[in-house]
Amino acid sequence: MHAIRTEGLTKHYSVGFWRSRPYVALDKLTLEVARGEVFGFLGPNGAGKTTTLKLLMQLIFPTSGRAWILDRPAGDVAMRRRIGYLPENPTFYDNVSAEELLGYFASLFGYRGAERARRVAGLLDEVGLGAERRMQLRKYSKGMIQRVGLAQALINDPEVVFLDEPMSGLDPIGRRDVRDIILRLRDRGATVFFSSHILGDAEAMCSRVGIVAGGTLVASGALAEMVPFRIRGWDLVLAGVMADAAAALSARGAAATLIGDGRYHVVLPATASSEDAVALAKAANAELVSINPVRDTLEDFFLAHVQKSAGRTFD
Amino acid sequence: MRTTALVALHVFRDSVRDKVLYSIVAFAVVLMGVSYLIGQLTAGEDLKIIKDLGLAAMSLMGLFIAVFIGIGLIAREIDRRSIYAVLAKPVRRHELLLGKYLGLVGTLFVNLSVMALAYYVVLAYIGTTLSPAALKAAPAPPTDPRLMLAVLMIALELSLVTAVALFWSTFSSSALLSAGFTVALYIAGQFGADLKNFEHVVESPAAGIVGRALYYVLPNFAAFDIKTEVVHALPLPAGYLAMTALYAIVYIAALLVASVMIFARRDFK
Repeated sequence: MHAIRTEGLTKHYSVGFWRSRPYVALDKLTLEVARGEVFGFLGPNGAGKTTTLKLLMQLIFPTSGRAWILDRPAGDVAMRRRIGYLPENPTFYDNVSAEELLGYFASLFGYRGAERARRVAGLLDEVGLGAERRMQLRKYSKGMIQRVGLAQALINDPEVVFLDEPMSGLDPIGRRDVRDIILRLRDRGATVFFSSHILGDAEAMCSRVGIVAGGTLVASGALAEMVPFRIRGWDLVLAGVMADAAAALSARGAAATLIGDGRYHVVLPATASSEDAVALAKAANAELVSINPVRDTLEDFFLAHVQKSAGRTFD
Repeated sequence: MRTTALVALHVFRDSVRDKVLYSIVAFAVVLMGVSYLIGQLTAGEDLKIIKDLGLAAMSLMGLFIAVFIGIGLIAREIDRRSIYAVLAKPVRRHELLLGKYLGLVGTLFVNLSVMALAYYVVLAYIGTTLSPAALKAAPAPPTDPRLMLAVLMIALELSLVTAVALFWSTFSSSALLSAGFTVALYIAGQFGADLKNFEHVVESPAAGIVGRALYYVLPNFAAFDIKTEVVHALPLPAGYLAMTALYAIVYIAALLVASVMIFARRDFK
């Protein structure tokens, strides 16, 4: 049983007033997401991420192709009892409080009375808005609205959660909170499908990703398979390096750059090992402040695919 | 049905708190108070003038509510994308649309009731200031219950305006455009009788046919205006009132059906 499945999902818009021409927002997207996965749907702005989510939510209708959620057609209203959705840059109603908004949404799922109140209070606490629950939404900041959006997406304890750019508008603490919530959702068996152009988020959370560019899915798969994570070298920071020792570093094949006050940023080639790095610091009689492997990141992969799909190279 | 009721309740809760609404109702009440002063300037006619101005104020302010808050129902919700989260819930599009309509009509009726209450208070006060002779000379008592018929007709008219506003909002992507279309149709609808008689005043038979066709297609808002009859205590046949009410209901139903059909296939880009 799949959480999400699409088959040749395509959306064309017509643009232009007098002589309208088709604009391909999404082209033959075929995708499968298993239950319990955290699936990152990645791509630059305008790649078709939001279009895909809107098609899955039936906010727009496909030009061709089909989509299923929990093995039910995307338009099935009964199925929506089992899913949650956070739109991109959500807005809600100005004159109601977060508590009232969530109460309203909870009632649409059939929650009543004490159970509804308990769910609303629990979720507002979970997203960190417990203290502001009675404040009208017009007074909320962008980050707070994003938290309300996340809470409303989870109001029905969904089996599949769709999050469109869930980190947008959040400060570092907010991003960490959202990440924790997504991982908690995964731990209790929910499927999370989220779109993002911030690759670090996907690296930290996703079991699988799909990369979309120019309306086409250019790659999908397990993160570990797609990104080889081979070590391309080592990043070191050394402190208390004497001037003569700095010259010796270069002689050993390390590229050393002075940060200031005896601190050096040193790059070692991939052929070196972590032990070599430690030995280097020892030989220079310096303090090893930090050591980090330089890896291929999702970002490299992403950039390579986007460039390839755009038919250009950046030499 | 339950979903529609929930949506309606939410719309009511959201819109009765709209500050714009308070200012409109406050303005209407102030206008009724001012009509007392205007009445003072015209000896003997003050009661009729106050009655007439009060009903006009109610009608105009109700129109503002119906257009500005009514447009916000769907058009602004699409503009601001707050509709996305709602439509991803187990809510059918027609349930959302009908709930929105009923919620706003509820808000309108509550506001009209507040204005009508203020209206009767002003009239009752004026009644105490009039001499017995003036009271006897007036065609109807100050707090004439028949005034409520005019208020009821205003309520029906505004329910129709709201349906028009909702209809435009279902396919227009701009809230301002929807408001413009609604007001334009409201103004055109005030000339119902003129359109009907258009063929008698123009020489071109084609223009006459167009005028008559427009008369049948455009909502005839002029039919709801019974202010003169009520204020001057002129007879009002029950049949006329019943037919006008039926006309409103049929027109509203047709607009809602059309709105539901358009809304069902709309892409929210």
